[in-house]
Amino acid sequence: MAAPLLERFDRTERFLHWANATLVGVLVATGACLYWGDLASLVGRRALLKEIHVIAGLALPVPFLLSLPGRRGRALRRDLGALNRFSPDDFRWLRSRGRDATVRLGKFNPGQKLNSAFVAAALVTMLATGSVLKFFGPFPLSWRTGATFVHDWTALALGLAITGHILLAVGDPDALRGMAFGRVPAAWARRKRPRWYETVAVADPGDDVSGEPVGTATPAP
Amino acid sequence: MRTIGDMDDGAPVGRRVFLGLAAFGVSGILWGSRAAGLMERLLAPVSVKDGSGLLGLLPTGRFRIYSVIGTLPSRAPADWHLTVDGLADAPFTIGWDDLLAMPAVELTKDFQCVTGWRVPQVKWKGVRLADVVARARPQAAATAVEIESFDGVYTETLTLDQARRDDVIVAYQMEGKAISAAHGGPVRLYVAPMYGYKSLKWLQRITLVARPERGYWEEQGYDVDAWIGRSNGRSDQPV
Repeated sequence: MAAPLLERFDRTERFLHWANATLVGVLVATGACLYWGDLASLVGRRALLKEIHVIAGLALPVPFLLSLPGRRGRALRRDLGALNRFSPDDFRWLRSRGRDATVRLGKFNPGQKLNSAFVAAALVTMLATGSVLKFFGPFPLSWRTGATFVHDWTALALGLAITGHILLAVGDPDALRGMAFGRVPAAWARRKRPRWYETVAVADPGDDVSGEPVGTATPAP
Repeated sequence: MRTIGDMDDGAPVGRRVFLGLAAFGVSGILWGSRAAGLMERLLAPVSVKDGSGLLGLLPTGRFRIYSVIGTLPSRAPADWHLTVDGLADAPFTIGWDDLLAMPAVELTKDFQCVTGWRVPQVKWKGVRLADVVARARPQAAATAVEIESFDGVYTETLTLDQARRDDVIVAYQMEGKAISAAHGGPVRLYVAPMYGYKSLKWLQRITLVARPERGYWEEQGYDVDAWIGRSNGRSDQPV
């Protein structure tokens, strides 16, 4: 018998994650080719790269706007709420740098919460400064200098955050599978996200008293 | 009711972090220009001595690559030629080896772009533009040079007085190495006292004229006399 699985991310959330990841991947690749002299010499084709970079950048809000509203975005909006809230356990986790074994985490650990807030802010920043660089006509020259400065440094910080994010995901295949296919082993949830595990483990449609599933638990298809 | 776990309880820290960082980042459009200047002044003395090259990875004090056509033009030194003609008694065309046979000068100076970035202490090697121009024996009517890139689009101009300065060179080495295509190689201009757009990349022709046409960037609205700190409404430290 296969190990029991819990639904962690619904279709909308996975679409948003991978659509966003694809756009950011394209932006990193084209951005690197435009920025580093050695790479630029190797690749050439700057007009095309620039076109792709600008289109991918301007498309960044699209997956969010498609995913957020209506019934489709319910699980996503609930998870955004969870990412926003820091419980007393979360603060203990942060103070102990994740080493305090008595901490009982909810759906996300505080590192994931801070990372999501940082990445979201960085993408907004990249989009705003990138737009000034692309449509510099009406702005004073000092804005262009400022936008260049912020775009470069934010790109560096974002690159580090994304590298860390990918390394941690690869280091935890169960969690990675959760974002790839939507479900995680119940044992993983009980061990790593006990508070979330409790909310979804009681959300079995059979004994759900409130009539509304809690967490993101929905019956497996 | 959804009050279990961390769904609804706890401090709303995530949103504050997001809004704070986003406001900080976006407002950088306004303060970034001053921060960039400060950063380059702070890091310049360190990066000059930095042997590890680690600081070279930071986005300060480094070149941004601009090109005015869709691709990066490139040409092997063996296929490269420079023609000097126009109002000259001895117009000529030379190749790579001929250029290297001319008296070489070395120059270590900052490179300042009109969009704000500055690369400290770049080591250049080349031939004084004055020597190249003199070799063609300009006629008395000549007052300026029109300079042309082999990308087919990029042009620049200098007055003869500017072209004869000691800190204006036809460069074929940068930081001790051949100049890459991205940096305008194999041969480019380096006009130290002026903003970067005057340092034409992918050099192939110099024409002596009495009255110069406007160059590529001057057509886009930039100043013809592009002295660093005294043009384009900017106040950078002169080079």
